[in-house]
Amino acid sequence: MSDVAIRVENLGKRFRIGASQPRYRTLRDTLMDSLKKPFQSVQRRFSGSPFSAGTPEETEFWALRDLSFDVQQGEVIGIIGRNGAGKSTLLKILSRITEPTSGLVEIHGRVGSLLEVGTGFHPELTGRENIFLNGAILGMRRKEVQSKFDEIVAFAEVEKFLDTPVRHYSSGMYTRLAFAVAAHLEPEVLLVDEVLAVGDASFQRKCLNKMDDVGKQGRTVFFVSHNMPSITRLCQRVLMLDQGRLANDGPAHKVAAAYLASGIGTTARREWPDSLRAPGNEVARLLSVTIRTEVGEVCDAADIRRPVGLEMEFRVLKPGYVLVPNFHVLNDEGTYVFCVNDHDPEWRRRPRPEGIFTSTAWIPGNYLAEGGLIVGAAVSTLDPVIVHFYEKDAVSFQVIDQTDGETARGDYAGPFPGVVRPLLPWTTTFRPHLVSTTQESKSLAGS
Amino acid sequence: MNGNDSPGLPVTRIQASRGWVSLKLAEVWEFRELLYFLIWRDVKVRYKQTLVGAGWAIIQPVFTMAVFSIFFGRLAKMPSDGIPYPVFSLAALVPWTFFANALTQAANSLATNANLVTKVYFPRLIIPTAGVLAGLFDLAISFVVLVGLMGYYGIFPKVQMLAFPLFIGLAVVAAMGVGLWMAAVNVEYRDVRYALPFVVQFWMFATPIAYSSTLVPPEWRTLYAVNPMVGVIEGIRWSLLGTGSVSWGMLAVSCLVALGLLISGAFYFRRMEKDFADRI
Repeated sequence: MSDVAIRVENLGKRFRIGASQPRYRTLRDTLMDSLKKPFQSVQRRFSGSPFSAGTPEETEFWALRDLSFDVQQGEVIGIIGRNGAGKSTLLKILSRITEPTSGLVEIHGRVGSLLEVGTGFHPELTGRENIFLNGAILGMRRKEVQSKFDEIVAFAEVEKFLDTPVRHYSSGMYTRLAFAVAAHLEPEVLLVDEVLAVGDASFQRKCLNKMDDVGKQGRTVFFVSHNMPSITRLCQRVLMLDQGRLANDGPAHKVAAAYLASGIGTTARREWPDSLRAPGNEVARLLSVTIRTEVGEVCDAADIRRPVGLEMEFRVLKPGYVLVPNFHVLNDEGTYVFCVNDHDPEWRRRPRPEGIFTSTAWIPGNYLAEGGLIVGAAVSTLDPVIVHFYEKDAVSFQVIDQTDGETARGDYAGPFPGVVRPLLPWTTTFRPHLVSTTQESKSLAGS
Repeated sequence: MNGNDSPGLPVTRIQASRGWVSLKLAEVWEFRELLYFLIWRDVKVRYKQTLVGAGWAIIQPVFTMAVFSIFFGRLAKMPSDGIPYPVFSLAALVPWTFFANALTQAANSLATNANLVTKVYFPRLIIPTAGVLAGLFDLAISFVVLVGLMGYYGIFPKVQMLAFPLFIGLAVVAAMGVGLWMAAVNVEYRDVRYALPFVVQFWMFATPIAYSSTLVPPEWRTLYAVNPMVGVIEGIRWSLLGTGSVSWGMLAVSCLVALGLLISGAFYFRRMEKDFADRI
């Protein structure tokens, strides 16, 4: 018999696109908007629906829709799904940062949410000061922080720098300290978002162990991640979201396997037919990203020996920008394998006209290690730096090693570590067996 | 921690709110330590980052006083209720500087703390409140200068100085009230950021700082006190310098307006709160 920790019923969240992109607004836009706005809202009021007078940039979409599930107390539950599936929105609703548009959530117990490591850290304050400030922000009482202070400091390994402003910290120290504070939060329900994607490997392991402990203490953990190994290791149960709906719910290894197999996890080609929802800005918008074989077929499982093409198609809407397409490749453990900028001499340092561009980067054969690879596609301008779009996990594919002896594995069939697996040229020198040499060495050893 | 206390666990219900919602002041109280830490952070960071540190709290009102004394006091010969003009104007500039800074801080507080608003839950009312209350620290420093100047001119306050904190309280209420309105509107209309300096400047001239409210014809004074800072400034002049033309009527009007702003501001802020994280 277990009690419900989180109950979610018909949860929905609607966003208005356009309203959520204020970054590119200028002062004039703002002023013009504020002149128009009162009239628009009057118009809306009279036309009944709040959106019927919506301009083209004010389209609505549902980040979450009709989501229902229960989480029992003490369950460690993972949420997976590609970017935009609604994972972060769900987490934000559960942490009460944003309100749902419809539906109901009931949480039993104190909630601690960790959507970011080091929220509210101030660079000018010392490590000691930030521990207290961050603790208060995360909802800890001062006494609680005081009683755990030594533990936090020891976990973060920053004893020597406690009274140094954190702006002098290395990014590793900063992350460790920030996570240490959060890890000592003791709510009944802990919500965690991808925070483990930062820090070095050994620290990541430490964090995962800490979270494991939290789960074992009977607290409920709600964990969003792209990192399949840590999801399957930590969570008993996994929910998979797809376009704001619950697509799968079950034991971790089953859902994770389904995710990788379903094509939601491993789409070798993605298109953005709706230009409004496509990643991009007024300069460039993404149209599609595709993994291709040498002969141009869409390829979700590549032979380790063959070259693989990473292709992105994008539309340039405003001419005159020097654009650098770039790809970011991560493996399924979340390790950055490489990133690469386009240096095609024809378009390098040359402003691009309006139109549709297709850029392909070729990864040579016998370069990647086997396993899942996640590809992010971006187009940037370098001077000044503008990221026109960066679709983090646009597509993914598997690299398969046939184990027939012709690859870097040779005839070894066991687990084969490494982020890359180059087939290196080997050279061998050989000296035939000579009796005299052996005798010499024997006499040397004997003397 | 024991697992058998589950019936006693607090239950949080999350659903869409509509229209006007309760202020949830009990929850604000629960998060009072966060309020304390945010004020502490604001004060600490300000003085760590700047060269002159606490000096800024003094420079602003004292230099304005110097300019006012030369132009309004010496050249324009503004009447100052029989008090030396520097003391007359500084007694007003000290609370005014607090009000103006507190208002600006509160209005921009959600934007400056966007990283908190989009990543952690806590009663949002805490953010502008911290912005206003952090200003009290500067006020205390500049108050010391005012006391020094009063001593220099041989002005010693009488028993009515005990009322001084009440007028500061009124200034806090007024700054909070307007600050809450501005902060909430600022999230939707970024114009607030640009309009604010202008509003503050305009407001300053609508407040008896460089001049005395005795310049205002008596029959208009009650209406004049709709600006709650009239009540604050004239009240402070009365309590510290023993002058001024503040009447119970004016004071009552200022208090009512300030309270009205605070209550309506808090409710408006709460009403708009649900969109903050999505819009910032």
